[in-house]
Amino acid sequence: MSAPSFADRFRNGLWYENPGLVQLLGLCPLLAVTSTFVNGLGLGFATLVVLMASNALVSATRRWIQPQIRIPIYVLIIASLVTCIELIFKAFFPALDRSLGIFIPLIVTNCAIVARAEVFASKNSVASSILDGFVMGTGFAMLLMAIGLFRELIGHGSIVSRMDMLFGGDPMRGLVLTDGGWLLAILPPGAFFSLALAIAVKNAIDDRRKSAMPRRTRR
Amino acid sequence: MNSIVKGGATLAIIAALCTALVALTYTATADRIEANEQAWLERSLQPALSGLFFDSNVTESMITIPPPHNLPGTEAAIVYRVFAEGAPVAALFVVSARDGYAGPIRVLVGVDVSGLVTGVHVLEHRETPGLGDRVEPAKSDWVQQFDGRSLTDPAPAGWAIKRDGGQFDQLTGASVTPRAIVKAIRETLLYFEAHREEIFSSRQEAAE
Repeated sequence: MSAPSFADRFRNGLWYENPGLVQLLGLCPLLAVTSTFVNGLGLGFATLVVLMASNALVSATRRWIQPQIRIPIYVLIIASLVTCIELIFKAFFPALDRSLGIFIPLIVTNCAIVARAEVFASKNSVASSILDGFVMGTGFAMLLMAIGLFRELIGHGSIVSRMDMLFGGDPMRGLVLTDGGWLLAILPPGAFFSLALAIAVKNAIDDRRKSAMPRRTRR
Repeated sequence: MNSIVKGGATLAIIAALCTALVALTYTATADRIEANEQAWLERSLQPALSGLFFDSNVTESMITIPPPHNLPGTEAAIVYRVFAEGAPVAALFVVSARDGYAGPIRVLVGVDVSGLVTGVHVLEHRETPGLGDRVEPAKSDWVQQFDGRSLTDPAPAGWAIKRDGGQFDQLTGASVTPRAIVKAIRETLLYFEAHREEIFSSRQEAAE
């Protein structure tokens, strides 16, 4: 197995092996917080940072860790990093922290993170693991933002409202198209419908490409 | 045996390092977090303070009323007292309405010394987005209908939502949330009427 190129790894993280769309990991936060774009962005960013840092630490310590105790150690590392991120959010983005609530501490339970530690970081160099955390985290964050954008548009009739939660200042209503929207989109079922739609769109694009180039397989 | 000792030692070392990392971050952010909490508190008390004349530090005049009390909610209620030149002006109650649609609704109820509502603000809730959440001041002006009301205005029978024969508007498609909040405000007013003297005379406690 030859090492995949830089561009291939990006393509995998964002598309072919997207943690949310393809591996279906971390669905709990994905479904719960994506009612608006800014929430998706906030949690996506937090997950990205935790994923990069946990991959880096797991990879850096991989030679000293006996296989029998690796899982408790991953949990320890991830839980500590998430606690740090939570404190940093509370200090610098208090409004966003209030809006995301319990889902910041719950990043610990995002199985995408422990999966990357186990599958990738425990077997690869630190630099390569950080890159893996970056592409996988970006793939996850982009899915969160896409679903957040979609649900906010349908459910609230607005685009990128409340960006003040990131940058401070007065409440910003974003681009308001209509007042109120289709309520279902921001209720929990709307999250499932939106994710299903995203997966369907991705599969449709893949199918179309495959039928356009029937001989070429992707690996 | 050897592997157990080795594994245990590795775990202990990593745990110590992780703890150090968290402790470091905590130390670096503690002051900022506290300042944020304080700013948030002051901002959220504002709706019940507008139009009042006072010269005291509101957040420092906090008292807690431990349960059992007749206020809404089962946990300790928080009261901020407002004074002008030492004389009582108003009391701001932070109480929990227990009979909302999903979990407790934290409500700030400001009452001036004569028993008039100075302002109501929903601080925290888990009501249905798009329905019950319209009690939030950012989403509708529903809470403003309580300004200036008192136990005698409307009369006790009127302290309910219109659907229950009262005088207060409900929200279309959501009556559970408004009903719970109306009830919580009324209970707060009743408590204030019965305990006005002790609320203003009780000595300030150290903030927890």
